[in-house]
Amino acid sequence: MPRLTINGKEVEVPAGTNLIEAARLAGAEVPHYCYHPGLSVAGQCRLCMVDIEKVPRPQVGCNTLATDGMVVNTETERVKETRRSIMEFHLINHPLDCPVCDQAGECWLQIYYMKHGLYDPRMTDDKVHKPKAVPLGPHVMLDAERCILCSRCVRYCDEITRTGELGIFNRGDHSEIGLFPGTTLENKYSGNVIDICPVGALTDRDFRFQVRVWYLDRAKSVCPGCARGCNIEIHTSQRRPHHNRGRRVARIKPRFNAGVNQWWICDAGRYGFPWIDDESRLTTPMMSVSGRSTGTTWDEVVVAAARALRGHRPEEIGVIASPQMANEDLFVLRRLLDHLRVLQRDTRVLPREPGDEDDFLLRADKNPNTRGAELVGLVPVSGGLDARGILAAAVQKRIKLLWVFQHDLLASAWPESEVHAALAGAECVIFQGTNASGTSARAHLVLPSAAYAEYDGTFTSFEGRVQRFRAALPPLGEALPGWEILARVGRALEADDPVFRAERAEHAFNGLAAAVPAFAGLSYRALGDTGLMVRS
Amino acid sequence: MANRYAESNVPMDRRHPSRMTVRQRFYLVEVLAGLRLTGVRFFANMWRHTLHAVGIKAARGAVTIQYPEERRPYSPRLRSLHRLVRREDGSPRCVACMMCETVCPAHCIYIVATEHPNPDIEKVPARFDIDLGKCVFCGYCVEACPEDAIRMDTGILEFASYSRAGMIYTKEMLLALEPAQADGAPTSPVPIPADRKVGEPQPEARRADMGIPRAERGGEPQP
Repeated sequence: MPRLTINGKEVEVPAGTNLIEAARLAGAEVPHYCYHPGLSVAGQCRLCMVDIEKVPRPQVGCNTLATDGMVVNTETERVKETRRSIMEFHLINHPLDCPVCDQAGECWLQIYYMKHGLYDPRMTDDKVHKPKAVPLGPHVMLDAERCILCSRCVRYCDEITRTGELGIFNRGDHSEIGLFPGTTLENKYSGNVIDICPVGALTDRDFRFQVRVWYLDRAKSVCPGCARGCNIEIHTSQRRPHHNRGRRVARIKPRFNAGVNQWWICDAGRYGFPWIDDESRLTTPMMSVSGRSTGTTWDEVVVAAARALRGHRPEEIGVIASPQMANEDLFVLRRLLDHLRVLQRDTRVLPREPGDEDDFLLRADKNPNTRGAELVGLVPVSGGLDARGILAAAVQKRIKLLWVFQHDLLASAWPESEVHAALAGAECVIFQGTNASGTSARAHLVLPSAAYAEYDGTFTSFEGRVQRFRAALPPLGEALPGWEILARVGRALEADDPVFRAERAEHAFNGLAAAVPAFAGLSYRALGDTGLMVRS
Repeated sequence: MANRYAESNVPMDRRHPSRMTVRQRFYLVEVLAGLRLTGVRFFANMWRHTLHAVGIKAARGAVTIQYPEERRPYSPRLRSLHRLVRREDGSPRCVACMMCETVCPAHCIYIVATEHPNPDIEKVPARFDIDLGKCVFCGYCVEACPEDAIRMDTGILEFASYSRAGMIYTKEMLLALEPAQADGAPTSPVPIPADRKVGEPQPEARRADMGIPRAERGGEPQP
C-alpha cells in the first residue's frame, strides 16, 4: 500500500492505483478525457498532467502509478498553464455548436473550459470540417467534428463488448472516429458509448433533440428489464410538458455499482421505458357492471374486490402474482393470501419467446424480482397449485376467482385457447397491473398500479441483492403502488395485520424484514444506493 | 425622535377625512381652485398655439397625438412584438437551442425541436410559440439568443385579444413579421390569430397543443 502526498495531504492508496484515482482519494480532481476507470489506459488526451516532485516536467496522471513517498501537486501554476494549453489544443477544431448539441449542459469540454480553460483563443485558421449527424447504428449518432479523439468508445468496443466496430481513421487533424467497413454499431451494449463519450461526438438517437439536459430531473432506480438488477438513473422531463413528445421519462442512464453492472447497462434496459408513458397505461379503476366495463373510484373497486374475495372459499381463489412487482407488493400480497388462507398462488408465467442471455449483464429471466417472489413465498405450496394448474382449475370451474397481476396471460407460452377458457371460466377476474392488455380487457375488476418509476420499493436480483428503486414520477392518473392497493383490500377485509396499515413502502419493507428470515436486519437506510445481499 | 404617528391612532394618510384641513373640508373652495388650474393651462396653451400659428415658432403649446391615425416615433431600442429572423431561403434562423425558453422568466416560450435536413444546420424548431398573454417584454430572449434569431423590433404593440388562445403567436406568424421602419412604425400588419374574432368558438386544439401532461388531463377509461 503506497503512501504518497498529494497537494500536501498524505494518503495511502491500494497498489496499482494511478495518480488520477489517488488524487480522487485525496479529494483533488484531476481533469481528464481519455481515462476511464473501466477501460485500459490510453494516455491520449494529455489533460491529466500533474507535477511530481523531482520530475523535471509534468506527467500524465492516468499512466503514472502511485508509489511510496511520491509528492504530487495537481494545482501548481505550471500544471494550470499546461491544462489551459491542452484545452486550447483540443478545441482548435471543435465546432462550438453547443446550441444544437445535445451534450450541452453535461459536456466535459464545457465543464473543463469553465474550470480549467478560460484562455483567450489564438487560432485564426479555418476549422477542419468532418461528417456531422452520421448514424453509427440504431442508437448512436456520430458528429466527427465534435470528437476530441479520446478513443474511449474504440477501447470500449474492443475491451468490454469485444465487438470492435469502431476505429480511428486518417492522420493528424483529419483523424476521425468511424466504423470499420461493413459494420454497424449494433451490439447489445452499444448505448454505453454515449455515456462514456466526454463530448457531444456520440449522442443518443432516441433522446436526440427531445429535451435539453438542464430540464431533466433524476432519480436513482433499478432496471426492471431482467433479473440482473442493473443500477440506473431515470431522467424525467416534468418541467416542460411540451418537450419529449409529452412523455415523462426522457432517458435511462446507468448508475455505477461495483457489484452489479459497474458503469454499463444493456440497450434493452436503456431503451425499455416507453411503456411507462404509453397510451395503454391503466389510469382509473374499472369495474364491469352488467357486462360493460366502466371507470369507478378506488373505494368502490376495493370494496368490490374484498366482497369477491370474501364470497369465495379459499380453494376457489387462484392468484397469479408477478415477479415484476416489488418485494413490498409481494409481501403485502403474501400477508393478504395468508389471511384468506389461499394456497393457489404462483408468480411464474413462461414467456412465449425465451429471453436472451449472455456472460455479461443480460439474463434470460426478464423479470427483476423472481428471487424476491421466491423468498417472500409466493411459490406453489403443497396442497396448492402452480400458475398452469390455476388456469386448468379455472377451466374446470374449480377456481372461481382469478386474481392476475401484471401478466398478459394471452401473450404467454401457454395456448391462447386455454387462457381464454380459463378467463371465461372464472366467475370473477381481477387484474392488477400497469398497462392494458388482452387479460385486463377480460377482467371484471381492474386495479391500476403504479409503474416502478412511480413509487419506492425494492427488487431482489437473481444473485440475491436487495436494491432500492425510488419514485422518479408521481403515479399516472389515479394509479397507486401495488402494496397500497393490496393494503386497502386488506383493510376492507378487516384484517388486523399491521402491514395493511403501512403508510409508506418503507413500513411494508420493515414488516418484510421482520417476517422473512432472508431479509432479516435489512432496512431502507442500510440498503443505501448499492443494495445488500439477502441471507442465504 | 420617535415617529409621532407610531403610537397614535391618527392615520398617516393626509387625505384621510380625519386629517383634512377646514378649507379642504369645505369642498367648494377646492373645486374652484381646481377649475382655476384647468383654466390657466387651457388659456396658456391657446395663447401659445396662437403665437405659433402667427409665426412665432419659439412658442410651443401642448400637443395631442391623434393615435391610432398618428403615431409617435418610437426609439429603436423599444421592445415590441417578437419576430423570428429568416435565413435567405425563408426558413427560420433559430436552431431550437432553447436558450430563450430557458432564460424566459415568464415561461411563455414553447419550442419543440426537430431534425433539419442539412446536417450543418442540424436542428430547427418544429414549433415555436410565444404566449404573449404571459410575456413580460423583458427582452431576455433576444439577449440569450446565440444565433440572433429572435428580435423585438417589429414596432407592433397592438395585439390585444378576446381570448387567451388568441395571444399565442406561432412560428409561422412570427416568421412573417418584418422589422419596423426607421421611425419605429410597424412594417408588417398585426398578425391576427384566426380565433381572435368575437363570438366565434375557440378552437380547443390550440390549448391541447400547449402540451398539457397526460397526468393532468386524467386518464381515459380503458377497454
